[in-house]
Amino acid sequence: MSEITNFKLCDLVDKIKKKELSSKEITEAFINRSKQSTKLNSYISDNFDDAINSAEEFDSKPDLNKKIPGIPIAVKDLFCTKNLRTTAGSKILENFIPTYESTVTQNILNNGGIIIGKLNCDEFAMGSSNETSYYGNVQNPISENLVPGGSSGGSASALAAKLTPATIGTDTGGSIRQPASFTGTVGLKPTYGSCSRYGIVAFASSLDQAGPMTHDVKDCALLLEVMSSYDDKDSTSVDFVRGNYLKDLTDNIKGKKIGIPKEYRVDGMPKEIEKLWEKGIKIIKDNGGDVINISLPNTKYALPAYYIVAPAEASSNLARYDGVKYGFRSKGENLIDMYEKTRSEGFGDEVKRRIMIGTYVLSSGYYDAYYLKAQKVRRLIKNDFDEAYTKVDAILTPSTPSSAFKIGEKLNDPVSMYLNDIFTVPINLAGLPAISIPAGHDKKGFPLGLQIIGKAFDEQNILNIAYSIEKNIEYINNIDDWWIK
Amino acid sequence: MTIDLKTIKHISKLSRISIDEQKAKKLSNDLNSIFEFIEKLNELDTSKTEALTSIAETTLKLRKDKIESKNIREDILKNSPDENKDFFVVPKVVE
Repeated sequence: MSEITNFKLCDLVDKIKKKELSSKEITEAFINRSKQSTKLNSYISDNFDDAINSAEEFDSKPDLNKKIPGIPIAVKDLFCTKNLRTTAGSKILENFIPTYESTVTQNILNNGGIIIGKLNCDEFAMGSSNETSYYGNVQNPISENLVPGGSSGGSASALAAKLTPATIGTDTGGSIRQPASFTGTVGLKPTYGSCSRYGIVAFASSLDQAGPMTHDVKDCALLLEVMSSYDDKDSTSVDFVRGNYLKDLTDNIKGKKIGIPKEYRVDGMPKEIEKLWEKGIKIIKDNGGDVINISLPNTKYALPAYYIVAPAEASSNLARYDGVKYGFRSKGENLIDMYEKTRSEGFGDEVKRRIMIGTYVLSSGYYDAYYLKAQKVRRLIKNDFDEAYTKVDAILTPSTPSSAFKIGEKLNDPVSMYLNDIFTVPINLAGLPAISIPAGHDKKGFPLGLQIIGKAFDEQNILNIAYSIEKNIEYINNIDDWWIK
Repeated sequence: MTIDLKTIKHISKLSRISIDEQKAKKLSNDLNSIFEFIEKLNELDTSKTEALTSIAETTLKLRKDKIESKNIREDILKNSPDENKDFFVVPKVVE
């Protein structure tokens, strides 16, 4: 059974279609491995019994025309799943059982997927190491006591450890790409408006996007096809013609112009990352692409602008958790006291910190100085990309300024934790698509990723470039199952 | 600019999150280091820049005003805290 979990998503789809494996065999294999892997703490809730029933049901009359027929998949616990507990990594939603399904998970179900569980994440997706989850730290399967990144840390950990053949995350400032980079996996943040936000627990509505996390670029193309759809229920969903990302995937990038932004050469960046970037540049040149030096002059202002925009939107989105309609409630002497105690006991420190930042920057007298200023800077950042895209088709950068760090290492220094997202945040502010692919290791043997940023709705192009680089790098994840032994 | 304890208490009240003295001090330190980092934005002259309020920059679509959910009273109350039965119950607000 153990070898079933070594197959990638596309291989499993192929095996089901050829009737070499049944949905039940595959589902049981991933469930069994998940049960052996509790030490990783990747799951918050499991759906194992229901999943086996669904697999049996699928096998009794298999519809092989679906995109992911009978394939088990665990998802980030930020997606509302009907009748399956959804916590967003928070105590305040500890007992929340949605009565409706998010559009993205519904798309997975409609395409034949089977949900086997809900994966750990930073509380309300606020974090870069999965250490803010109320349900505990997640281990990176690469090495013990290493963070898997965040906020989609449980997703990245479960994927790299092969507890699920593919998974989905959400990305507000790097929450798909940074954990993908830390765990040697592929993660794509689509263009804002590509995947519906309906039923995703909201963090910062103008930045949040759901996206696929997979073992390779082919799987990523397939899962993006499954997830992306126009949706009436999300007013910012964009009605564009979705591509056949997998069918149209090609490693031919001849004549493609790839920009290298000088501002991403930051002080103190490890030499290995610099070398990795050079390796990516060389591969693009060898494969017939044109490498062009570009400038994104406002890059250094992206992170400070993000730390105004995201908390401001979060403080507004999280106002709904008041102990009245759903979720945790604390006893209070009166209504206001009940609100204050509920929110004080129900939210963790990082969430409270961000609500307070957001409340402050939106409060009377400070709005223009902070929130309006940040929105103007956001325009400048978007203009930088617009300008760059008059000269290039895509942009290549490292995914993160460092490899994964130890659990606890950055917990007491919020600014140093925030700096993790320095290469990913500008892309969310500009609403663009970007993919992180594993490209090498540092001297400790920890994975490092490269990021390819595209024009809006040009996911096919960044998938193709990623595919072309992936083929040349032949990256292998060194995972020895230390948590099972 | 510094965010003092008085300001922390004010934001805490606005956010409806009660905070004790010790946590307030730590929060004040954290917020000061974060705002020090945020103040970098003041280097930029944005007097002629238009704010970017939405990345989608499309006009919102209108939909028909028709009821799509029926008999969902139970669904709505299902996740509410234990004290709630047929209504959302809150501590008494009128004496």
